Amino acid sequence: MKLHEYQAKGVFAEAGIPTPDSRLATSVDEAVDAGTDMGYPVAVKAQVHVGGRGKAGGIEIASDEAELREAAERILGMDLKGYHVDRVLVESAVDFTDELYLGVTLDRGEGEPVVMVSSEGGVDIEEVAETNPEAIAREHVDPAFGLHSFQARKAVYEAGVPRDVSRAVSSVLETLYDLWEANDASETEINPLMVTDGGEVVAADAVMNVDDDALFRHPDLAEMEEESYTDELERKAGEYGFDYVRLSGNVGIIGNGAGLVMTTLDLVDYYGGEPANFLDIGGGAKAERVANALDMVFSDPNVDSVVFNIFGGITRGDEVAQGINDALSQFDEIPKPVVVRLAGTNAEEGMEILNTELVQVERTLEDAVQRAVQNAEEVGR
Amino acid sequence: MSVLVDDDTRVVVQGITGGEGNFHAEQMIEYGTNVVAGAVPGKGGQEVHGVPVYDTVHEAVRREDADASVVFVPPAFAADALFEALDTSLDLVVAITEGIPTQDMAKVNRRLSETDTYLVGPNCPGVITPGEAKLGILPGNIFADGNVGLVSRSGTLTYQVVDNLTQRGIGQTTAIGIGGDPIIGTSFIDALELFEADEETEAVAMCGEIGGEDEEEAAEFIATEMDTPVAAFIAGRTAPPGKRMGHAGAIVSGSGTGTAESKIEALNNAGVPVGDTPEEVADHIEGFL
Repeated sequence: MKLHEYQAKGVFAEAGIPTPDSRLATSVDEAVDAGTDMGYPVAVKAQVHVGGRGKAGGIEIASDEAELREAAERILGMDLKGYHVDRVLVESAVDFTDELYLGVTLDRGEGEPVVMVSSEGGVDIEEVAETNPEAIAREHVDPAFGLHSFQARKAVYEAGVPRDVSRAVSSVLETLYDLWEANDASETEINPLMVTDGGEVVAADAVMNVDDDALFRHPDLAEMEEESYTDELERKAGEYGFDYVRLSGNVGIIGNGAGLVMTTLDLVDYYGGEPANFLDIGGGAKAERVANALDMVFSDPNVDSVVFNIFGGITRGDEVAQGINDALSQFDEIPKPVVVRLAGTNAEEGMEILNTELVQVERTLEDAVQRAVQNAEEVGR
Repeated sequence: MSVLVDDDTRVVVQGITGGEGNFHAEQMIEYGTNVVAGAVPGKGGQEVHGVPVYDTVHEAVRREDADASVVFVPPAFAADALFEALDTSLDLVVAITEGIPTQDMAKVNRRLSETDTYLVGPNCPGVITPGEAKLGILPGNIFADGNVGLVSRSGTLTYQVVDNLTQRGIGQTTAIGIGGDPIIGTSFIDALELFEADEETEAVAMCGEIGGEDEEEAAEFIATEMDTPVAAFIAGRTAPPGKRMGHAGAIVSGSGTGTAESKIEALNNAGVPVGDTPEEVADHIEGFL
């Protein structure tokens, strides 16, 4: 789960990390009021879950009321990389001499947390990681002990942070690690941490993403979840609790287990078709979940044909078959041809239950995918 | 022969009184697995499918001489269950549970590094030596006894590739589903090492997927340390970029790795053929035998 910048800043500020004055605004008038209260210049920042907001036109600096009004009018309501902007953060613009990068995440390869510091903040840090990896100091953390102060200092010195703020930056880094750990974050990040003329540091941005699997022990964070989908189908998938990604093709794909669903996508492509989506119904799916999956895929106007690929382990073939029957029997006419391939746990029972007047049945993955691709070609014609 | 499990393996099922634990304990017993105990706090003294249940794993191990456990404990309590299992110095712990918080697993992994235990998973289908024992949720009927080792990051993809092998009469020594979570116990390399040392394993099928660099590291290991031939499948060639990999995670890994292309290239460079379809993986394996 991603927190918006304003939410993450709230969490950071409460933990003692300096942040600029700011106010959330949902209308141009509210934005202007905020500017009047805080004084100029201010930054107007779209609150949506996309990276690179600045480059995409989602952040502007305004030095007076007219500029603020213009910026707010333009940004509020805009479509930013597929997300609708309905709120902006109006924030005191900080005069800075340096911009730093601080981040905490899990190094998957090492299976350990890692803290990162760079004196090249304020830019696309992924680009820095690629073109000049030495510009980012990294320190691995033993999760049994947490981040030692000496490690924070070491990273800060190695990154070449200005000496007069090294102590303050170390302190922010330690707090950032503590927040990462205490909130089960997958990442906490400040880019940039601005160094002011007076030798102070201020978090001009704030990123905090939380491990969805750990939300059960952070009800306060779970309440902050705000998704702003522009894609109706992805919104629906969120409601149904599916792992779903919409793609540009016309063969709808439903399966169980990420690896098998990805494989089904790959095979649709291999046999000359184009996947319309990735939809994983997950393990142990019952009939209702299967019906919801079909509803999702039928709701996509681009879909010309559907393939179900279920290999039961913890998922049982008879449950899936019942779900397919239930979902399809509600239609007078099946909207798109459906190919079903069932294997594994209770697959035989499932095959017996399956209403073959409603679906086409194939025994192997390869046959099922080829049939679905062929169906899509015929329907699409 | 086999790796990790055989018909001598004495298994304790952690969480045997829960829905999944109960169902799959029965399936495991039916398959012939030597399930000797269950362990569930507060449920000691009960019996499930004829198996005695103890309050602690320690007691199960002491009374029934168990040497492996399989964990069906819900995510909120799973890390504690794993710490408990590791505290008893079992040879093997298989964690089926899906959705264990990543930071919990980082701590478990840290503890694991101090032990000699093999942890398989979490969020995996388990381990099976066909005809002898299965620890986990794998559908036993698709497997056949034979001389091919299988290691996979994805549960259902494991079943798919096994099915392609078994359908043409190629059996397996052992299949290990290592799970696709960011932090797992047994890695591709650990499993490949076991298969390389096993005299009966004549070829290995390896199923990977996009994300992380485990397949690239495995390729390096295969090139330098293995004589047993390996064929692979990599899922996710058509997955849209940027949908899965996190922001800071991509910084650590650097870009250009973790994609299907980089994995396939690394494996090909290590002399490992990568099938375009699961059926093609079976073709390559057949060619090795």
